[in-house]
Amino acid sequence: MTDEPLVLGIETSCDETGVGLVRGETLLFDAIASSVDEHARFGGVVPEVASRAHLEAMVPTIERACAEAGVTLRDVDAVAVTSGPGLAGALMVGVASAKALALSLGVPLHGVNHLASHVAVDIVEHGPLPEPTLAMLVSGGHSSLLLVPDVTHDVRSLGSTIDDAAGEAFDKVARVLGLPFPGGPHIDRVAREGQVVIDFPRGLTGGRDMERHRFDFSFSGLKTAVSRWVAAKEAAGESVPVADVAASFQEAVTDVLTRKAIDACREHGVGHLQIGGGVAANSRLRAMAQERCDAAGIELRVPRPKLCTDNGAMVAALGAQMVLKGRPPSDLGIPADSSMPVTVVSA
Amino acid sequence: MLTLALDTSTSAIGVAVLRDGEQPVVGVEVNARAHTELLAPLVERTLAQAGAGVRDVTDLAVGTGPGPFTGLRVGMVTAVTMGYALDVPVHGVCSLDVLAEQALAATDADEVLVATDARRREVYWARYRRGADGAAEAVTEPAVEAPTGLPAEVRALPTAGRGPLLYAELFEAPLADVLDVDPGVLARVAARRLAAGTPMPVEPLYLRRPDALTTAERAAR
Ligand SMILES: [Zn+2]
Repeated sequence: MTDEPLVLGIETSCDETGVGLVRGETLLFDAIASSVDEHARFGGVVPEVASRAHLEAMVPTIERACAEAGVTLRDVDAVAVTSGPGLAGALMVGVASAKALALSLGVPLHGVNHLASHVAVDIVEHGPLPEPTLAMLVSGGHSSLLLVPDVTHDVRSLGSTIDDAAGEAFDKVARVLGLPFPGGPHIDRVAREGQVVIDFPRGLTGGRDMERHRFDFSFSGLKTAVSRWVAAKEAAGESVPVADVAASFQEAVTDVLTRKAIDACREHGVGHLQIGGGVAANSRLRAMAQERCDAAGIELRVPRPKLCTDNGAMVAALGAQMVLKGRPPSDLGIPADSSMPVTVVSA
Repeated sequence: MLTLALDTSTSAIGVAVLRDGEQPVVGVEVNARAHTELLAPLVERTLAQAGAGVRDVTDLAVGTGPGPFTGLRVGMVTAVTMGYALDVPVHGVCSLDVLAEQALAATDADEVLVATDARRREVYWARYRRGADGAAEAVTEPAVEAPTGLPAEVRALPTAGRGPLLYAELFEAPLADVLDVDPGVLARVAARRLAAGTPMPVEPLYLRRPDALTTAERAAR
């Protein structure tokens, strides 16, 4: 099926330089250069460090993606890029590079929304998206519930975090527990050795909050509760049961996430739930989501962990949908929009 | 040979198309906040004005700064990506060197200073003299510093760049017509260095480390 459009996607909204190649609805290759090790020294992502790394990695990553996919740039039919939301300086590197590619190759440019790309990536994993799909995106930068009638032009926000992103809560709690950055994988690992014995608060799940914030999230109270609990143990001279705290915290987060996601599916009569973003790599979240979806008769779609975290394939996947559905390309003058609204799919 | 030159190290976004033995065709837009938006369309327009297309480009030249990081990277990533996509070499030129060439063309003096806006009440600067071949020869390495930190006799030199606009009381001899990088001059410097076999690495001149403390540094405070 070589008459399907070959789309190169570029993602630089945070600390991963991603270049993916998708032909139609098939992933050819997904190349990633991450600066996460450089950020670990700082205990969090430093925007300037990320931007410098993007500039260095950009061309080598494009080169590697093409080589591994067995294509040359001359074969590329369109270039897609994350034009927002994300870190402004980091986005600009990707957007400028994508424009340079489109201009050099004489092909259309599609500036697309990072969050819509997280949804679209599942097309190359599990085939065409059911329409509508209910998507929950959870990462260090976002926590959103989206109703997606058409990923190329109609994405609706049902709710999002009102304070910390889910992944941010993992990072902060990891720091409290003396675990390294990024916190997600470490908490997941340590929690396997622990028991859920502490009843940490579930933000925005009570009566009043459920009226105003039914599909919103809040994780900052949970993070504070964990810090206080740990501080109290330490003050009492007792040792902190790190594995139990990690397991109990993780349980609270995944309970809220899955509960609200399934509630949203029911409310909107949607039979499919897709989970994406870095936190979707969490093993407890995947297991609990599966259990609860099965019980509710909802089909769960979660891409493999590598496609849940930020990558170029997701941008290429959405770009390919844009081409296949005949959506108009972006102008070469588009900005990098660090606060691009989730409802705006393309620039 | 057709050189496409780009510089985004200052408030000006500059593009030039230079064919052997011809005057460069130059496009410049002054806007410190819109490098990402303006550069690619300006490249397209300037090439069209020169009656050329991207496929005609044989060499790329890019100003490597120093300059405000975000804007600087837009020009650099555009140049290296185009170089890769078009399979042509990319040559890096220190942006202050280009301003020095412009300064020497604007004055009879044999020594000049370049001082550009580094924000945070500092300037990027370097001192140059007229070399034997008439080209600007760097006397000092590019540096970033508060303008008050430059010796008085250095500040008294004819000075190019926007430093004198920002700190008028400190720079006595501003070259008022030489504020931003002229991409046509950048293209010429690159062509001359290429002919001379001078290496032109495409490395951004940041001169400052990222603004962040490591967890170890924070703990040591
Ligand atoms: Zn993301």
